[in-house]
Amino acid sequence: MRITQGTFSYLPDLTDDEIAAQIGYAQARGWAVAVEFTDDPHPRNVLWEMWGLPMFGLADPAGAMAEMHACRAACPGHYVRVTAYDASLGRQTTALSFIVGRPAEEPGFRLDRQESADRRLRYTLHPYAADRPRGNRYADGSSQQNGARAG
Amino acid sequence: MGAPPQPAPRGFAMPRPGAPGPEPPQPGAEGTPPPLPPDAEVDLAAQEQALRIAALLDRLDAEFVGLAPVKDRVREVAALLLVDRLRRDYGLASSRPSLHMCFTGAPGTGKTTLAARVGELLRELGYLRTGQLVSVTRDDLVGQYVGHTAPKTKEVLKRAMGGVLLIDEAYYLYRPENERDYGQEAIEILLQVMEAHREDLVVILAGYADRMDVFFRSNPGMASRIAHHIDFPDFTLDELLLIAEQMLETEQYRMTGEAREAFGEYVRLRMAQPRFANARSIRNAIDRLRLRQARRLVAAGGVIARDDLMEISAADVRASRVFRGGLGPGRDSSGE
Repeated sequence: MRITQGTFSYLPDLTDDEIAAQIGYAQARGWAVAVEFTDDPHPRNVLWEMWGLPMFGLADPAGAMAEMHACRAACPGHYVRVTAYDASLGRQTTALSFIVGRPAEEPGFRLDRQESADRRLRYTLHPYAADRPRGNRYADGSSQQNGARAG
Repeated sequence: MGAPPQPAPRGFAMPRPGAPGPEPPQPGAEGTPPPLPPDAEVDLAAQEQALRIAALLDRLDAEFVGLAPVKDRVREVAALLLVDRLRRDYGLASSRPSLHMCFTGAPGTGKTTLAARVGELLRELGYLRTGQLVSVTRDDLVGQYVGHTAPKTKEVLKRAMGGVLLIDEAYYLYRPENERDYGQEAIEILLQVMEAHREDLVVILAGYADRMDVFFRSNPGMASRIAHHIDFPDFTLDELLLIAEQMLETEQYRMTGEAREAFGEYVRLRMAQPRFANARSIRNAIDRLRLRQARRLVAAGGVIARDDLMEISAADVRASRVFRGGLGPGRDSSGE
């Protein structure tokens, strides 16, 4: 099951050129771009691992792109996303966030039903991958590079 | 990626009618046009006009006095970039030329000043995307303990991407007397990025010629990766006077005829004295002229007009120590 999160989530995966253009857009707006990764893509898991510090003060996408490529190479079998933080007063929040790398195989989620008092049912989403320990949750395949849009 | 429809300048609020936000910069995504047919002809002059190359170079000429070899090199680079662009239009092979440069020359010959302009120039020629200048010295690149240098250098390089990285006094990076100096590590990362990100940034090393030679001798990799070695010549007397004229004009001062004569004499004498630093000495001399002028005005008291505030008299110039035998050896030049 292909996970959709953040901006552009219902578009096909962005190519590297498109990612660079988006990063350029964020930087032109004065937003600090950061790269994050995780292998626990539960929708409520909003705090992903940071790949280095947010890149404040960059003027050109090339630097952030290099970091993103480094992160993809170092974390195969992980989801990688680019976030852009708007530090301006009154906003001070993530202004843009999109997935730029994902594992080759995504087993998806299972719906758990828990019986509780009075025949009530509690539902929860459980990623199949989360049954395995961190670090080898997804097939050790290289994370699918965006741009290789395999049908 | 469709352009977002007029986002408000801040916040996620709906755009309000009548108060449109600033036009968002459009990420460039235009496709490449098909190559020109082989028998097509292009008007070189018109192309040059379109790129405003001539205007750019004229402005460089007006801003920088002298420096003929430097301007020649800039002109060559501009021509190459133009020809390359045309070759690309015809579908011929065109690789981006490597534009890493090394500026050498005596103190005060305009190395740093020109480096600051190069980024802007290359951006307007379409070689660099942003053209910002990141000016660093050894301190900004080399760390203080093991493992500190690489992230520090990479951080600086990332900031310079799309623009110019100016390393002032680059020879301090290499300290041959200390085998475990971290400068070598910074040089290695620098070399790697200069090669791998050739199209993303231009590295300019600036410094004095003799020390730069030593630096290149001990780092042959660096010397071979820098295509353009540009030597800044010393200024002649006339050029220095022209520079002084420009400086005074931007600061809204002017010299009387006699003062101008005296200043010409001053510069000639000063050039023969030790530690003459070309345009920097001229800048210092002008600062001191302003001091003396201010002292004269305050001492005289009474009513003064706008012209008095702007005028530098011959007496202000003649009061300099340079006319009385100048600086002794070893003296600081601050009180000339």
